Amino acid sequence: MSNRAINILVPIISVILGLIVGAIVMVVTGYDPIKGYTALWNGIFGDIYTIGETIRQITPYILAGLAVAFAFRTGLFNIGVEGQLIMGWAAAVYVGFAVEGLPKLIHLPLALLAAAAAGAFWAFIAGYLKARFSIHEVIVTIMLNYTALHIANALIKSWSGKERTENILPTASLGSTWLEEITEYSRLHWGIVIAIIMVFIMWFILERTTLGFELKAVGFNKNAAEYAGMSVKKNIILAMTISGVFAGLAGAMEALGTFGYMAIRSGFTGIGFDGIAVALLGANTPLGVVFGASLFGALKFGATNMPNAANIPLEIVSIIIALIIFFVASGYVIRIALEKFGKKKEGN
Amino acid sequence: MSFLDVLYFIVPSAIFYAAPLIFAAIGGVFSERSGVVNIGIEGIMVIGAFVGIIFNLFTFETFGSFTPWVALLAAMIIGALFSLLLAVAAIAFRADQTVTGVAINLLGIAVALFLVKMIFEGRGQTDFISERFPRFDVPLLADIPFLGPLLFHSIYGTSILAFVVAFLAWFIIYKTPFGLRLRAVGEHPMAADTMGVNVTKMRYIAVMISGALAGIGGAVYSQTITNDFSHATINGQGFMAIAAMIFGKWHPIGAMGAALFFGLAQALSIAGSTIPYVKDIPPVFLTILPYVLTILALAGFIGKAQAPKAVGQPYIKGKR
Repeated sequence: MSNRAINILVPIISVILGLIVGAIVMVVTGYDPIKGYTALWNGIFGDIYTIGETIRQITPYILAGLAVAFAFRTGLFNIGVEGQLIMGWAAAVYVGFAVEGLPKLIHLPLALLAAAAAGAFWAFIAGYLKARFSIHEVIVTIMLNYTALHIANALIKSWSGKERTENILPTASLGSTWLEEITEYSRLHWGIVIAIIMVFIMWFILERTTLGFELKAVGFNKNAAEYAGMSVKKNIILAMTISGVFAGLAGAMEALGTFGYMAIRSGFTGIGFDGIAVALLGANTPLGVVFGASLFGALKFGATNMPNAANIPLEIVSIIIALIIFFVASGYVIRIALEKFGKKKEGN
Repeated sequence: MSFLDVLYFIVPSAIFYAAPLIFAAIGGVFSERSGVVNIGIEGIMVIGAFVGIIFNLFTFETFGSFTPWVALLAAMIIGALFSLLLAVAAIAFRADQTVTGVAINLLGIAVALFLVKMIFEGRGQTDFISERFPRFDVPLLADIPFLGPLLFHSIYGTSILAFVVAFLAWFIIYKTPFGLRLRAVGEHPMAADTMGVNVTKMRYIAVMISGALAGIGGAVYSQTITNDFSHATINGQGFMAIAAMIFGKWHPIGAMGAALFFGLAQALSIAGSTIPYVKDIPPVFLTILPYVLTILALAGFIGKAQAPKAVGQPYIKGKR
């Protein structure tokens, strides 16, 4: 079997294994897996409204996945997408409600830019510390996640004095009456277009620019890149910062599209962590991320139909997603199994 | 409040908040010293907290006042078993340890909430436990002036256990052959292998110890601090334990000290509004303090924190 085929098969097998183990969990705990998966399916594709909501859910997943994938390509593990997303969310909401009197053509891009800048700054800290002091980015970004969560909560409190901010002005909104109308009034918004544009931008940076070439070179082999005259430090900082731009925009999707406000949170959104799953499943390629985000976004939204339709706690889908990450991470074993299987066939 | 009153109030609550962190941070020390990154501590703590509460709720009629301790034991065993997932993936399957840890975290909270909703018919929160850990005064020591009320007045047995575990861990890691092998496996697995140390076995044991301790940490947290289990019960305690481990420079006593300090920060952020001077500091600064300090410690502003050399790399026999 060719390497390429194995690379595509590993995620597919992982997803299937995840769904099978999910079914086993449901059987063992006394739920009906067929009813469960039917409810899940209907929760994703049931009618035009659920399809609209599914696409809405996929939007931030694409951007979070791009953020993780972009950092991975430079050999960095950005586990801090969650924190960068929260900072982006806060920045977008602030610009959305506090800056008044601008036409939509300026206000909306400004709010998006604010989100991107906030996410980029939050990721830059980790990139800078990695380049300057060689501190592992995983630890720093985890710490920054919690810092972001608490800072955002404090900001919301000081802006509004309440548990949530005011709504953003219509001039900063990604909402679209047309999109809402054709999807039976789901919360679908223009964000999906931005996400697709960013997919293209990531592909363009990585495959068509010197910058992308250098970033990938550093990811493949730091020492070789250094020897070839590239600045490893500069590229590490750049890669994290750009990754943060994607993450910040994911926050803008929630801020300017889905919710239009930000509320004090006791815990994380989970989108940033699911972004790791998305990137892994998509093998860190832009197109792969779209597939990964579609799968996980759809699963996540479809799950909300499971308690009502099949009386199954929706956490079953989080279990399945965690298992899929686990299986993809353990891809070494699946690879070995596939290679053995492939050899046997050739032998016959 | 006078300064002394503040001390008498804040030091015991710092210890109270620190105890779960000490267990989990020491667990992290074991795992990372053997060369396995355990980001999954958070998820294992969630499982421990969940098992502790469920066990407590369903067996308190059998075990009476021993219930919280038995529940602790149950959480320890389940925690160790749960960490086997990480061990198998990281050691046998050569998986990326950080990614697996993330999966463990997602799995822990998902499994716990799934079961809570199954047991409590759709509710996302358990009942409150009735059998709690008793507080008690340590005989004799509680009568010492100043130190008595500060350290030995109405404390939890679990806090004492946490300190015992920390010193025991120090002894095991630095004074026994097992500890020497553990450190060797984390610094240079190939050299250790050459000298006849079974790297795989050492790493399995270390990860399971870390799972057991994180399980205990979770059960202590849920049975002393929240007294029930819901999605927000653990909420970052595991990551704070990892921070304590790093801030304590991968040393059991250091980790304990860091956990105590983070416990103080938590106590101040929760009770700070009643204390003079502290109430003028916005609480958010106290909440983010542990995380910021960890970053500063890593950056070398507060002494250089250095991870074990081979941490995060799967050991593949014969590979240079």
